[in-house]
Amino acid sequence: MTLAILLVVGAPTIAALAAWRLRPVPLQLGVLIGTAMVHLVSTASLWRSDLPATSAGLIGMDALGLLVLSLVSLLFFAASVYSVPYLLDGTHDEAAAPQRFVPCLLAFLAAMSLVTVSRNLALLWAAVEATTLASAPLIYFYRRPGSLEATWKYLLICSVGIALALLGTFFLGVASTTATGQAPGLGIDDVLAVAPSLNHRWLHAAFVLVLVGYGTKIGLAPLHTWLPDAHSQAPSPVSALLSGALLNCALLGLLRFYAVCVAAGDAAFAQRLLLVLGFASLLVGAASLLGQRDYKRLLAYSSVENMGVIAVGLGVAGTATYGALLHVVNHSLIKAALFLLAGNVLRAYGTTTAADVRGARRRLPVSAALLTVAAFAIGGSPPFGPFVSEISIFLGAMRGSAPWLGVLFIVILGVAFVGIAGTLLPMLHSEGPTGAADPTPGTERLLAVAPPAVLALLVVVLGVYVPAGLDRLLRDAAAVLGG
Amino acid sequence: MSSVADFLLSALIVVGLYMVATSRLAACVRASAVQGIILGALPLTLEWTSGFHPPSVHVALLALGAFGIKAVVIPRLLLRSIREAGVRREVEPMTSLHVSILGAALLVALAFWLASTMALPFPVASRLLVPAAMANVLLGFFLVVARRQAITQVVGYLVLENGVFVFGLGLAAQQPIVVELSVLLDVLVGVFVMGIAINHISQTFDHMDTRALASLRE
Repeated sequence: MTLAILLVVGAPTIAALAAWRLRPVPLQLGVLIGTAMVHLVSTASLWRSDLPATSAGLIGMDALGLLVLSLVSLLFFAASVYSVPYLLDGTHDEAAAPQRFVPCLLAFLAAMSLVTVSRNLALLWAAVEATTLASAPLIYFYRRPGSLEATWKYLLICSVGIALALLGTFFLGVASTTATGQAPGLGIDDVLAVAPSLNHRWLHAAFVLVLVGYGTKIGLAPLHTWLPDAHSQAPSPVSALLSGALLNCALLGLLRFYAVCVAAGDAAFAQRLLLVLGFASLLVGAASLLGQRDYKRLLAYSSVENMGVIAVGLGVAGTATYGALLHVVNHSLIKAALFLLAGNVLRAYGTTTAADVRGARRRLPVSAALLTVAAFAIGGSPPFGPFVSEISIFLGAMRGSAPWLGVLFIVILGVAFVGIAGTLLPMLHSEGPTGAADPTPGTERLLAVAPPAVLALLVVVLGVYVPAGLDRLLRDAAAVLGG
Repeated sequence: MSSVADFLLSALIVVGLYMVATSRLAACVRASAVQGIILGALPLTLEWTSGFHPPSVHVALLALGAFGIKAVVIPRLLLRSIREAGVRREVEPMTSLHVSILGAALLVALAFWLASTMALPFPVASRLLVPAAMANVLLGFFLVVARRQAITQVVGYLVLENGVFVFGLGLAAQQPIVVELSVLLDVLVGVFVMGIAINHISQTFDHMDTRALASLRE
């Protein structure tokens, strides 16, 4: 198990350095695919080993970490495969240095993996900050003024947020220190062990700061302002990883502190705050989806909305905690698929304005069919995975002390569905004003449609049933969070 | 020795106030270097305060790291950006400097009030430690929000980080000091990446005014 943990962080680190030295892009892509496979196999081997209840060192693995790591690994593999035709197609005149893509992507993977294996809150913080630094050059891959603006906002807003999260981490250190100056340190298990005796005033302050800090990176409204820019300006495989994998890593940071609050008997305080930010994100996300003209921004705002769904699920607590974690899985898979497919549309039409894309069903038959499925899935319609997780959060809310929250939740989700379907479906199925401008189907490369197809298939499976292994992992993870 | 720590911490607040009040960009960056010098001296002072023994290797490394990175490397990096990017030399506040100074004074008052309500559960070397940390966090945040120049925003981020760092020093007796060392490294890399971004901003737009970075909207 230790070997696998070392591999998921070490392999991408070494590969990033190797890829930095290797200049030809095809060679770099070989390193990328190879590392993604090693990462996937290492992660899969962790599923077969028994996860220890506690780990003494800086790094270790628990159910929550494994859940996020598995998503990172799977999505990274999909994005790597997708990157092969993406980088080799030769339409990268705008990118000053395509050979920077692969090293940064691998460094990004190493940082995200480190987040999931961190068993120390300070190390976790450093890893989250490292994800920001590794991904910033990727957002600025195309040297356009727009992507520069997005990168600057991302760097500055997230760095300030992360600095506040560090202050929150120190506050937790204060909360765990006794009057005589005895402190357990910032190891997650050490803090959890002394949780009942934490100083509540400092714990509250710590959670507020961490919620604002990591919440910025999660994209919870009103701290989400950088997210639509960064996620829409980045190259499509990077957008898929930012929305599908990175948001979960930041969420994991918040969940570590939430678990401390639960263990300290202070869950109600944290849940109230999560509900407020969750509903704020739902409202902002849904409102921005309506009448959205840019389809990549549409997907980015949908991430804000879905992070709201997850925060509401955690805030409702009880059985909804399981639903929230299941929604983490569903959202990651389908959002990554959507961004990859949006990349195919962008390739074919050269614009991100939804109104300029018409009749994609003819030009990109496979991508359009998959996009139709994915649009219904992310909108929360049956029989797809997000429907199951959203319903379980809804039912949790209806059984709770404030059923009206459940009603509000469903109403906002309905609005979001209208926003997504109203923008995406006309792109695919309506003909443009010029009629048959381009009736010949374009060529769709296998490697550009297979990864999103597999991700979409997984979401269909999750809509029908949750495999026993995943179910057990989700239950173990929910147990850490008191659900 | 506690009086020395008190002096350094009050100086930190005063320099923070000066950064909000000054109208010169280079002066703002130099002031951040002064904060770096103070932060280099602070770990040693706090160590001596708590027991009057010579500083351990860890603390010496921390002091050296803080001084090297925050007083030398980062200010030089930023001053070079100002020189080479040929930027305007004013800080270009969103509000008038008078309002800025008033706001900054209120933030410092807020910091002292916060520190008085959130009493530390254990004794620390100086009463001013928490107020100084809070004041710098708030002043840094203010600089990030209320300035248009990209460099001033980076300096604001540094001031914020300095506040967090001071707070971390208060915990140094309880928590492993490796944490702060990693923080230093992190800030260095962060500012380095931001410095690259600044150079691109000035090349792309001929200036570093972040108002140009406002085209992405609905």
